[in-house]
Amino acid sequence: MGSLLTDAFLTSLVLGALTAGVPLLLAGLGEQISEKAGVLNIGIEGMMLAGAYLGFLAAFKTGSIWLGFAGGALGGSLVASLMVLMCVMLGLSQIVIGIALTLGAEGLTAILHHFQFSTTYPRLPGVETLAIPLLSGIPVVGSALFDRPPMVYLAVALVFVLGFLYRYTNLGLDLQAAGDKPAALDAAGVSVIRTRSFAVLATGALAGVGGAFLADVGAGIFIPFMTNGAGFIGIVLAMLARGRPVWVLYGALLFGACLSMTTALQVAGVNVPTDVIQMLPFVAVMAVLVAFGRRASLPPALGVAYVRGAR
Amino acid sequence: MARADTTGDAPMNATSPPSGAPIVEFVGVTKRFPGVIANDGVDLAIRPSEIHVLLGENGAGKSTLIGMLSGLQQPDEGVIRVDGRTQRIGSPRRALNLGIGTVFQHVMLVPSLSVIDNVALGGPWWRRPDRAALARRLRDTNASIGVSIDPDAVTGSLSLGEQQQAEIVRALMRGSRVLVLDEATAMLTPKGVEELGALMRRLAQRGLAIVFITHKLKEAFAFGDRISILRLGRKVGEIGPERLAAMDEDALTAEVVHMMFGSNAPMVAAAEHAAAGPSRAPGRRLLEVRALAVDDPAVKVVDIDLDVAEGEILGVAGIDGNGQKQLAEALAGQRTPADGSILLDGVPLQRLGVGARRRLGLRYVTDDRLAEGTVGGFSVAVNLLLKQIGEAPYWLRGVERREAIAAHARSLVARFDVRTPSVETPIARLSGGNIQKAILARELSGPAKAVIFAKPTYGLDVQNILATRRRIKEAARAGIATILISTDLEELLELSDRIAVMSRGRLVGTLANDGDARRRVGALMTGLSS
Amino acid sequence: MTVDTLETPVEAQPGPPGRTGLLRTVAMTLGPVLAALAVSGAILLAFGVDPLEYYQAVLRRGLYSPSGIQETFTRMAPLLLLAASLIVAFRAGIWNLGGDGQFLLAAVIVAAAAPTLVAVMPAWAALTLCLLLGALVGAAWSLLPALLRAYQGVNEIITTLMMTFLGVSLANVLVKLVFLDPATTVPQTRTLPVADRLPKLFGTRISGGVVIGLVAVIAVHLVMTRTAFGLKLRVVGANTRAAIHAGLPVPRLMMAVFALSAALAGLAGAVEILGVEGNVRADWNPAFGLTVVPLVFLARFNGFAAIAFVFLFSVLSIGGESAARLLDVPNFFTLVVASVLLMLLAVAEYVGHRHRERTRA
Repeated sequence: MGSLLTDAFLTSLVLGALTAGVPLLLAGLGEQISEKAGVLNIGIEGMMLAGAYLGFLAAFKTGSIWLGFAGGALGGSLVASLMVLMCVMLGLSQIVIGIALTLGAEGLTAILHHFQFSTTYPRLPGVETLAIPLLSGIPVVGSALFDRPPMVYLAVALVFVLGFLYRYTNLGLDLQAAGDKPAALDAAGVSVIRTRSFAVLATGALAGVGGAFLADVGAGIFIPFMTNGAGFIGIVLAMLARGRPVWVLYGALLFGACLSMTTALQVAGVNVPTDVIQMLPFVAVMAVLVAFGRRASLPPALGVAYVRGAR
Repeated sequence: MARADTTGDAPMNATSPPSGAPIVEFVGVTKRFPGVIANDGVDLAIRPSEIHVLLGENGAGKSTLIGMLSGLQQPDEGVIRVDGRTQRIGSPRRALNLGIGTVFQHVMLVPSLSVIDNVALGGPWWRRPDRAALARRLRDTNASIGVSIDPDAVTGSLSLGEQQQAEIVRALMRGSRVLVLDEATAMLTPKGVEELGALMRRLAQRGLAIVFITHKLKEAFAFGDRISILRLGRKVGEIGPERLAAMDEDALTAEVVHMMFGSNAPMVAAAEHAAAGPSRAPGRRLLEVRALAVDDPAVKVVDIDLDVAEGEILGVAGIDGNGQKQLAEALAGQRTPADGSILLDGVPLQRLGVGARRRLGLRYVTDDRLAEGTVGGFSVAVNLLLKQIGEAPYWLRGVERREAIAAHARSLVARFDVRTPSVETPIARLSGGNIQKAILARELSGPAKAVIFAKPTYGLDVQNILATRRRIKEAARAGIATILISTDLEELLELSDRIAVMSRGRLVGTLANDGDARRRVGALMTGLSS
Repeated sequence: MTVDTLETPVEAQPGPPGRTGLLRTVAMTLGPVLAALAVSGAILLAFGVDPLEYYQAVLRRGLYSPSGIQETFTRMAPLLLLAASLIVAFRAGIWNLGGDGQFLLAAVIVAAAAPTLVAVMPAWAALTLCLLLGALVGAAWSLLPALLRAYQGVNEIITTLMMTFLGVSLANVLVKLVFLDPATTVPQTRTLPVADRLPKLFGTRISGGVVIGLVAVIAVHLVMTRTAFGLKLRVVGANTRAAIHAGLPVPRLMMAVFALSAALAGLAGAVEILGVEGNVRADWNPAFGLTVVPLVFLARFNGFAAIAFVFLFSVLSIGGESAARLLDVPNFFTLVVASVLLMLLAVAEYVGHRHRERTRA
């Protein structure tokens, strides 16, 4: 196997892991916020898709990648706002609505794409990267790790920002209380509805940006259903991370590496059929679930709508 | 609207009126829910430096009044005045801002957060909780009222009594002028109850207005400066400090009982004073438990030795969470014991499942009526056969026979006086008392030899409590070996022949229910708890 | 992770008996359907398509045309089996969302096995064997999520969804690499000759699979509502703690539910291949699974109602395929309708619940 671990392979693998991992990271971080606050957000796949579509549209029309990300955030938030209305405010089943939102986003984005791009299939130009001095000079992995589009650094930085938020602000306490014992939060004078609404919208925005990254940076194009389970993998990441953002990062990189294994292997000259490699991330997810599923610790109030005074 | 600020120093009596004048007044307050009037024209005055007891049985409307005081509900009619001005307490935040702190019956602390984080809860979202400063203030408050709560302890790991104290400390740190304690003694040992009473007295001396809600007369007399009696949503009487000091306990009891129950006063007071029932000659040993151990992440149960004779009632005392539920489930067959043996009339039960044990005559009345004992959406008829699904003659070759199931239900409903529109009604629609009757009907019918009751009268109104206790006595008289698990010491003293005490998963003592039992049980319960 | 904290698909509370009850049920059922059609129509309008024209085209093809209606009935076959699969699962409180993966893998295995089997034994034997094979493959594909849920308490929504993605990939691999028909240019499995497929009904062009589907849904309905086994599953679904209290073997019952539900989904795949497609092309995935979810909820898990709603949806599905060509509305539109229907149904339940609470006062 020594011949496999060539420089080219490693570079390609690291590069791919990061590129494929960022959408997973953003989805996972987003889902983690929702789940902390007690909302099981199955609609995240739909939020990512909506973000991917709007992100692609925005970047295509304006030529600016940052507006593309903004569009992604908007798309994800729009879908999330429906979840806020129906699940957080009305208290409808989070699972049923999540399925509905994912189905709806899949259908709508596919139809929109059909009407707008199905004949032309435009592509976005490659995205500019930002090289970190010194670090990007490291052999083999330097350019793969430290000469990436700025959003990559932002996403990783977000891991630590969220960690700080959870531990050192009242918002973090509010989120944890909303998921652990919402009645206690209410009794302390903080609106559970508002806290959970914020959480779900934040999830939508992050997932949307993740989707936009997938379309604009990863693929350069929007294809219907292109997320292909990335949102659901985000749920797995959040489930297993036990409330710590940094674990979402590790998981995202692992699954990102699996997703990008095809290209890396091809670069290494190993000829395994694409279709087989495409199974790899899902095999990895199931393996991780089998090994660690039992240890997933979820907040006690997850999935249950909060009604003040309910006995 | 300012957020409840725990980062600064909140003065204790900054805006309280001159002593004697009430801080909070309920004027003609009425609250309705679908199908019931919870409060009907209630007038109440809460004064500083006074412990005001709200006394009433379950369902009298005490919790609803408190709900309105703490901002969870709003009155339909009437007003609430704070410091003489009419206020609309529209949310818990508003209540906190007005200086009203509530310690609910079920602790309102976030289990996964530390005590200090629970105190910080409610601050502005962008601010960083100043944990060091809060911890210092907490320790100061601890000292000033004589408790010791570790600020960094994870709340979920504290005992219920400690959690309650933490809530009280938090209320003080938030500058509460009114402290409401809702059924605060339900989870405490007798000693813990005394300590709480002493704490309330100290707080009242510092100028706080204390509202103490209970359904137990003893506590009302022991702790109250003033008692307001509630019945079916109305305030039916008030006994002020002068009269409380002047009257003796028996006269007080008689008057209060009359106010609480009118002319159909059941002999509650008599029951509360009653010694153990007539001693029966013990029959043969029916249920033998040896060295039973149950593994559980919360409480490990070890080394349980029990004997229950035919017709005997063995009470199991102890505060919640000391392994009683685990023990009951292991006896019933819902859990596999880690070790030990269970013999019913000589037949070993350890390897048998719930259904097999049931057929041999072992029954289990769970304490959790709605979440475990019944399936709310299913009919009464199906619930009455919940543990016999598939058995003939109600099912033939796997197919259900509707008429047989309904006939069976109708006969049980009549025998056990279950009030229901029909046997097909979803059982969740019935009142708590009738659901309990249905569960009793299910467990006590058929060839029952040994029955385990877990908190059978919890949450019921007085009529149903008495009816349930009567059923338990009848069943025992008919020869059933009975284990009665209860947190209500009075109930145990009234019904049991012998009483065992559980603490931290062990049986710390078993004694006969004689005149000295109350003191000895209390000692055993307290001795090993922190 | 306890699954007690997550909601299980709950059977609707029984409403008031008699005329008002019937009226209410009709309103709560027709209401969301009509509202969903209206909202979806508005979406069409936003795309510049006349909704009335669209729905008319759908009906013309799906319902009024003789060849179209026969296709509608044929389309019902896999949908009915998927509905049966979901009814079993949801009534038992299990979110089996892996129907698509179970469907597709069963389809591929059956597509590969059928031509071979047909060559060595009479057609009826081969077909029966293939149907069983499809059911087995489906059940096998749910084994891992079943074990994880029954014995480790791992939430099955995620595991079954992941197995679907995995299954779709695996199906592709099998088609392109293992079962590839060397004789064709398009990557697909060997085609089962039309003569050897599931017999059509009484000289029509309706696939016999419809009968299998109807039998399955009715059988599931009767088992769930009239038998002890069905009642046990429903207790597990309604209140797992009560099930333990009642002495029911919960893990074993859960395994049984997964197996049954997934077997029915696999059977759907087999029926679609043996009755309609004859082979599996690479990247073929009709993805019926999730679109059946709202239909089953609309039917309140009642088998007979489900048949009616599956029929209506099949009309939309077949009619939509033709409308796609005529009006340039891609078939993804059915996803949108399903999504809107599910949301409006949830809202209607909520409104109905609040109304009941208020009138009870």
